[in-house]
Amino acid sequence: MSENIIKPFMRLSGLEPLTIRPESNFINIGERTNVTGSKKFARLIRENKYEEALSVARQQVENGAQVLDVNMDDALLDGVEAMTTFLNLLQSEPDIARIPVMIDSSKFEIIEAGLKCVQGKCIVNSISLKEGEEKFIQHAETCRMYGASVVVMAFDEHGQADTLEKRVSFSERAYKILTEKVGYDAQDIIFDPNVFAIATGLEEHNNYGVDFIEATRRIKQKMPLTKISGGVSNLSFSFRGNEHVREAMHSVFLYYAIKAGMDMGIVNAGQLVVYDEIEPELKKLCEDVILNHNNDNNEATEKLIVFAETVKQKGKEEKKDDAWRNTPVEERLKHSLVNGITDYIDVDTEEARQKYPKPLTVIEGPLMDGMNVVGDLFGSGKMFLPQVVKSARVMKKSVAYLTPFIEEEKKNNPNASVSGAPKILMATVKGDVHDIGKNIVGVVLGCNGYDVIDLGVMVPADKILDTAEKEKADVIGLSGLITPSLDEMVHVAHEMKRRNMQQPLLIGGATTSRTHTAVKIAPQYDNGVVHVLDASRSVTVVSNLLNKKQKPELLNQVQKEYQVLRDQFLNKQGQKNLIAYKDAVAVKEVFDWGKYIPTRPAINDIKVFDDFDLITIAEYIDWGPFFIGWEMPGKFPSVLSDKTFGKEATKLYNDAQSLLKKIIDEHWFTAKGAIGFWPAQSNNRDTVTLQTKNTEVNLEFLRQQSKKAQGQFNFSLADFVSSNQNDFLGAFAVVVDGAKQHIEKFAKENDDYNKIMVQILADRMVEAFAECLHQKVRKEYWGYDKNETLSADELIHEKYNGIRPAPGYPACPDHTEKIKLFDLLNATENIGIELTESLAMNPPASVCGWYFAHPQSHYFGLGKIAKDQLEDYAKRKNMSIEEAEKWLRPNLDF
Amino acid sequence: MNIKELLDRRILIIDGAMGTMIQRYKLSEADYRGERFKDWPSDIKGNNDLLCLTQPQIIKAIHKEYLEAGADIIETNTFNAQRISLADYNMQSLAYEINFEAAKIAKEALEEWRAESTARVGLGWVAGAIGPMNKTLSLSPDVNNPGYRALTFDEAVEAYYEQVKGLVEGGVALLLVETIFDTLNAKAAIFAIKKYFRDEKKESLPIMISGTITDASGRTLSGQTLEAFYNSVAHAKPLSIGLNCALGAKEMRPHIEELSQIASCYVSAYPNAGLPNAMGEYDEHPEDTACFIEDWAKEGFVNIVGGCCGTTPDHIKAIAQHVKKLHPRTLPVIENIYA
Repeated sequence: MSENIIKPFMRLSGLEPLTIRPESNFINIGERTNVTGSKKFARLIRENKYEEALSVARQQVENGAQVLDVNMDDALLDGVEAMTTFLNLLQSEPDIARIPVMIDSSKFEIIEAGLKCVQGKCIVNSISLKEGEEKFIQHAETCRMYGASVVVMAFDEHGQADTLEKRVSFSERAYKILTEKVGYDAQDIIFDPNVFAIATGLEEHNNYGVDFIEATRRIKQKMPLTKISGGVSNLSFSFRGNEHVREAMHSVFLYYAIKAGMDMGIVNAGQLVVYDEIEPELKKLCEDVILNHNNDNNEATEKLIVFAETVKQKGKEEKKDDAWRNTPVEERLKHSLVNGITDYIDVDTEEARQKYPKPLTVIEGPLMDGMNVVGDLFGSGKMFLPQVVKSARVMKKSVAYLTPFIEEEKKNNPNASVSGAPKILMATVKGDVHDIGKNIVGVVLGCNGYDVIDLGVMVPADKILDTAEKEKADVIGLSGLITPSLDEMVHVAHEMKRRNMQQPLLIGGATTSRTHTAVKIAPQYDNGVVHVLDASRSVTVVSNLLNKKQKPELLNQVQKEYQVLRDQFLNKQGQKNLIAYKDAVAVKEVFDWGKYIPTRPAINDIKVFDDFDLITIAEYIDWGPFFIGWEMPGKFPSVLSDKTFGKEATKLYNDAQSLLKKIIDEHWFTAKGAIGFWPAQSNNRDTVTLQTKNTEVNLEFLRQQSKKAQGQFNFSLADFVSSNQNDFLGAFAVVVDGAKQHIEKFAKENDDYNKIMVQILADRMVEAFAECLHQKVRKEYWGYDKNETLSADELIHEKYNGIRPAPGYPACPDHTEKIKLFDLLNATENIGIELTESLAMNPPASVCGWYFAHPQSHYFGLGKIAKDQLEDYAKRKNMSIEEAEKWLRPNLDF
Repeated sequence: MNIKELLDRRILIIDGAMGTMIQRYKLSEADYRGERFKDWPSDIKGNNDLLCLTQPQIIKAIHKEYLEAGADIIETNTFNAQRISLADYNMQSLAYEINFEAAKIAKEALEEWRAESTARVGLGWVAGAIGPMNKTLSLSPDVNNPGYRALTFDEAVEAYYEQVKGLVEGGVALLLVETIFDTLNAKAAIFAIKKYFRDEKKESLPIMISGTITDASGRTLSGQTLEAFYNSVAHAKPLSIGLNCALGAKEMRPHIEELSQIASCYVSAYPNAGLPNAMGEYDEHPEDTACFIEDWAKEGFVNIVGGCCGTTPDHIKAIAQHVKKLHPRTLPVIENIYA
């Protein structure tokens, strides 16, 4: 273990750290967020335009400011309030809050207000001995309790230090007090030895530049850990209005001051000229005034003034937003693609079509070039999924514009070559209707230049493989969300081997996993099976698979990984500590049923909702999964301020909100639901018998079999229903219908962004509907918790009594119980949800489940079960062992 | 022996989850209420800190289980015991009392255990646990109004001040600001601690600071990187800096490694018992947790280790056994670059 050495550097932070080392370059402190220095900023703050004021801060960061100086000292402003408001807002902009803040005010109450808003380690600018030692100590102690570094201005009780000696001695005095009386670390102290205006015409000002530079050198010699800062623009005050000369003066001044030890300065980040690029004549004049050379009788000053009058103001206008419209057509197309702008795409595509020999070369040339940039930016984490999907929309619109011309050309010249892009065939397997993830992968691959053939949902193996052969697909991708789809994927892989196919097979979708792929699918097919975690990874995998050299490497590596997974899986199976089923039943969870009085549901039998209010439903939306769907993981609402993708997440959220409004206003969706309640009794094991009007229905549940610690239980949902009194159980099914036609419409318009948005919103709405209905059930239709008052957030965190587990999910993984649920509610007839052969619900935006009311009922995962329980279960369900095995495959421990 | 001396000699053990242990008692609403709060107008089940007043014997028994398992430092049952969080139960006025009693219970547990136990007599410290609050100072709860704050810095300082006063007057030996997901809340706690000792004109108790990295991004919930977080709280001059909660030991490793490189004080780490499974339960076995932590110790990353959510006396026992013979991280040398 080598010895760890920590050096006493100044260590500041915003969201990210900033360490100032002796070898660090000069630290630029952005000065434009200062109401005393920037008229624009002052106006924005006075007019309460804080959003726009933030853009000034952002511009400073983009131009290279490493610390942001914020100053609200204006007689017309309530400084405390302005500082608080601005800094609070700034904290929600991760691209700005990244850097440390310098809280700048001559009023200590404003400084303290600022310190209360910022989590990072700030710099206070400034404190001084102006009001005496006592006040100085008091302010310094307060700053130290907030953990801030401090700028000390060279003042004492009698005024500002205006000579070299005073600059140094005032600083030394402050240093002694801070380090000895207040307990400041030397590296947290910054001195500002006063930058004053030079070349004012008054001779006594001429040496101010030299004094500052020399004071810097001496302070650093005497107190080496401290830092030196200064407000650079003061220096050139007498050349107001002549930015060209001012910038040159600042640059020359800093050149010498930094050499002497100046560490940081308040500058207009982005407006510093490079010392070497200053025209020689101006540079020489600046050096003379700053270093006070050749300046007897203000000679150097006069010369600079004369020069300044000859300089024409060089306009440094910021580029207008639409400057890109003046670039060549290729650049314009690229700009539109990268920024997802569809406004000019038809015009630009037409221009390119006329410029290029053939319409196809427009696609293969400028459009693909643009998409390659998009692909690279996405691959390196500089663009995010929603932006990529918008880029794809632009691409598709352009291609759609060109298509008639390409067709026309084909007619005239049947031998014209067709695009040679590699083909990726994608499908959601038979029995499954979920395809949001697959659509996203399709868009991303499309953006990376692949020709994607999407066969849609519920596609049988034969159709997938026939098409692959006919179209000569280079890669096949399968997707699925529900557990039975896993078996279907195994089947497709098996068929590929039988047909002696060659192309690699990709596996993706929410229920798929690397382990399942390794253990079950990969052994079925020898020419490459790869599990792909998400859309962003699909591109690398596909491009490797299509590269002759990289393909064997990748497959080899995957093969090795999968072998390890298979070994681990087999080893684990041996170790699983399962107990006998009868023993598991014996340690069922027990409740004090004597204390529990079941509530008789207010609804007798079934209630159907034909068209539930969408506005009400929307209030229950959980936005977390929405962002996960777009591959922006993070908690809502903090995802909106995420450092990397917060900005895009916010745009996405705004788009979603406006589309949602449209959906509701124009009633695109119809929310339909059915709920029902029946007398129920458990048999003390795993069967719950429901008493319907005409008959009895047995619901069969499964019980955890893993070995548990003393005093813990082996759970089964059946335990939540009483075995000896009049208890009840409920069921529900809900669907958000109507998305399909809009999805198809957007698909037709080549608008993948809105297509995926509608799909994801339909999913969120149906989950929200289930949440909303559950609450109504608790408060009203069943009515066991009439007085419940929970916020939306508390609902999302399931803080209520009772649960609503869904057949096919962890607590009751058997999908076939869904058949009973559908019969009980007559769901297909009442609300139009169909069950596929894999028991997926169609439309896909559907949810169903059981209602348990017992206050201690809870969710759990079944985990692995042993053969003895499976046999018992098959018998109860009147099913063959093989069939039961098929439905419960992922839960079997053998 | 004072705690610094011992920290230089061996790795100290901090206790495991309090909540997980309380759950085992399957307490009812009535149990939480006890006699004193039987007519309290709102539900109070789940207010674990209140158990210091209504079921002190349970809290004491849990402390003793952890001491028996090998914990050197036990945390008071006061994670949410300041008036901001207690407002959920309308129990703001109990803040001081809960902290005072919690400190007393933990101290009694320590003294009783010392009397009963033959091992390591005379050692053991009570750390006053100061949690993150249920409101945050850096984030707006309203998406449409990012500048809004549900809490002011001054309110947070006032609430923490009261908590600190209760803990110190109840007799804690250390103050532990933990599970920090918003650094500004932690800064308010540090401010309150400094202010309390300044007002009382007493020397400050040692402060331990423990942040929470929420996910693989390596940042706190309020968006700071680990080093930025450390820079923001270093002014507390803490006895130790560390991480707890949100991650299991496996996921916490790279962050602890980084912290051990940058921290000039001792380093602590008490992870969860793995990541929660699909049901939100922690199921990592004590041996597994202990093996991960043993690896950190071998690498010389840590001075204080223990457990957070889902860990039990069994975990603490296993951890204590695994690190028993291993050397603690050596404090870095603070170099004077110009000397």
